[in-house]
Amino acid sequence: MGERTIIPFGPQHPVLPEPLHLDLILEDEKIVGAVPSIGFIHRGLEKLVEKRDFQEMAFVIERICGICSFIHGQGYVQTIEAVMGVEIPERAKYLRSFWGELSRVHSHLLWLGLMADAFGFESLFMHCWRVREKVLDIFEETTGGRVIFSVCKVGGLWKNVDGDTLRRIGGVLKDVDKDIRPLADVFMRDYTVQKRCVGLGVLTKEEAFQLGAVGPMLRASGVAMDARKLGYAAYGNLEFEPVTENAGDCQARIAVRVREIYQALDIMRQCIEKMPGGEVATTVKGNPQGEYLSRLEQPRGEAVYYGKGNGTKYLDRFRVRTPTFANLIPLLHIIPGCDLADVPLLALTIDPCISCTER
Amino acid sequence: MAFNVIGKTVMKSLFGKPATAMYPVIKNDFYPLTRGAIELDPANCIFCNLCAKRCPTEAIEVSRPDRLWTINRTRCIVCNFCVDVCPRDCLTTVRQYTAPMTDKSAAVITVQGPAKES
Ligand code: SF4
Ligand code: SF4
Repeated sequence: MGERTIIPFGPQHPVLPEPLHLDLILEDEKIVGAVPSIGFIHRGLEKLVEKRDFQEMAFVIERICGICSFIHGQGYVQTIEAVMGVEIPERAKYLRSFWGELSRVHSHLLWLGLMADAFGFESLFMHCWRVREKVLDIFEETTGGRVIFSVCKVGGLWKNVDGDTLRRIGGVLKDVDKDIRPLADVFMRDYTVQKRCVGLGVLTKEEAFQLGAVGPMLRASGVAMDARKLGYAAYGNLEFEPVTENAGDCQARIAVRVREIYQALDIMRQCIEKMPGGEVATTVKGNPQGEYLSRLEQPRGEAVYYGKGNGTKYLDRFRVRTPTFANLIPLLHIIPGCDLADVPLLALTIDPCISCTER
Repeated sequence: MAFNVIGKTVMKSLFGKPATAMYPVIKNDFYPLTRGAIELDPANCIFCNLCAKRCPTEAIEVSRPDRLWTINRTRCIVCNFCVDVCPRDCLTTVRQYTAPMTDKSAAVITVQGPAKES
């Protein structure tokens, strides 16, 4: 047995835009253990529900994260709507699914870019982000914001998108699809990518399930679990199957995300085709009383939202269980046995979002 | 496994148009919905304090006796809620973002309403 060394990884690390800290225990170059510590960017957003009324809070909850912002807002309003027994118009449901899938495309393209950057493929990184720019433009055109959208409210949406705009966006999405294909090809076939990712950080099906992995991390190990199948928003009327891969390594996680981009584009096409006309918001009367727990599929995996109202305009409690929190344990499981140089890549394959996790 | 799969894309970007806009020669156009900053039209404002009360970040302050409406642009998250709650529709969202600043006090904008007709 070689001598043991402890090397700190993060919270400031070139590969991670966010502060995740791991104490890596090494024997020579091999890692034998990892001890995480988080809590560098806690902002107390959950506590704020006791001081801001439930309508205002929708804007604040969206700011939990800059990437899955829309779905955080959606999770919050969906929970409150369930507590209050509000049924939102059909068009609002479709638009929520539409924007949710647009968020997925934007998040996965961002992640693919970061991943390319992590294994040193800078030009691939830039090309991924070039395509992502088109998606952000669609967001800005339809919601008014590029990162934070502020369109969800309890009872529906603040903004409607007219049919002509949607059809034109359908055309832009076809271009996005065309732009992604050559890049996806690089991720799936290129020698340099394969050499770096195949067989790295394998998580078996049983391990993934027992350790509570969620999202692409879970599906890359062959478990077909996707919270969208619960049929919230308009997902009950849309056709899709969870994307799965069986290898459970870094390459499989890349493949799942690449295929999910195509799936999301297809779901958006269905949304545009099937979207009924009409209003996008109903009037909401009274205050939330009671509790509810809802599950939504974020780009990073399943997120759980819990809300409890007491009949006043302030909530008693709101809680978010974010996908990164669930994926940290599988991450700690795949790190031991790897080389030190693989840790940045492995940390990135769970698509860590620390600002979500700490709120 | 294949080598240099990105080659075609590289050639395309080598001879194609640049992906970024030639700023500042070509200025970026905002979309009609883009939320840049909140502006007040003081002629219609009744200084009812509703916008200040509903603002999630407490960015607005209204003083009814002095007929003053103040916004702190670095606190404001441009969520548009005040525009929706204003009973007189005197708030608008303009498309231009607030310019960067080195002095935070420049972010506090005060608008004086017209004197009350008696
Ligand atoms: S809500 Fe409108 S009318 Fe009332 S103080 Fe604010 S800007 Fe003026
Ligand atoms: S846009 Fe939102 S944050 Fe800004 S002043 Fe209005 S309510 Fe407050």
